[in-house]
Amino acid sequence: MHFTSFLENGKLTIALTGEIDHHCAKAYIQIINSKIEAYMPQVCVLDFRDVTFVDSSGIAVVINALRNMSQIEGKLLLSGISPQPMRVFRASGIDKLVEIREAVS
Amino acid sequence: MKFDNYMVLEFPSRSTNEAFARSAVACFAAQMDPTLEELGDIRTAVSEAVTNCIVHAYPNEIGNITLRCRILKDNVLDIVIRDKGVGIADVEQARRPSFTTGGAERSGMGFTIMESFMTNFEVSSVSGKGTTVHMRRRLQRRK
Repeated sequence: MHFTSFLENGKLTIALTGEIDHHCAKAYIQIINSKIEAYMPQVCVLDFRDVTFVDSSGIAVVINALRNMSQIEGKLLLSGISPQPMRVFRASGIDKLVEIREAVS
Repeated sequence: MKFDNYMVLEFPSRSTNEAFARSAVACFAAQMDPTLEELGDIRTAVSEAVTNCIVHAYPNEIGNITLRCRILKDNVLDIVIRDKGVGIADVEQARRPSFTTGGAERSGMGFTIMESFMTNFEVSSVSGKGTTVHMRRRLQRRK
């Protein structure tokens, strides 16, 4: 698994792709963690534009990223969320913990 | 009970089958002319139920999971997902949001999501015998 990421003025954007379920959640968590550790950004943006499905394992991925970013006193932002992941994030209440920008339809 | 159509699947509790199961149910449900939102909700609920079987019912072995879908009258999709795994000791506790015995890649929100995305949701479990999740979703009739 490989995700494109770029760092600009202390803001790290990680472009996630595919379907986030239990089968691959560990890999997403590890990749995001290692990128945050490597770049120590002030802001980390998880770009969900090319994520086509999320279940509760995706919530765990976001919570792990949130934890890592708060350890380095940084901020986490989710962007490009399409309707299916948005419903999962709303049902779990995670939309109250992180700033979410929905996909422009 | 009268039903129009049904399908039954049996597969081992391998995590690659999470995607297979939710996609198979979505394909079956397509004949009911669901909205994208309804289809998304159904895929998510099936993914949660099957993941529970894989993570919790068979923690140290590969076991069988059966999935049955029926189309009932009034455009209701009826889904039963059954395992013969370890069972849930305390169903009420398991249904509570954020309760999990899983690892860091689990969030404890699976039951909450199934409950909020489906019209009906029931869990029955016998310790050492297995767990059955029975859920229904009524789909809007589109003109």
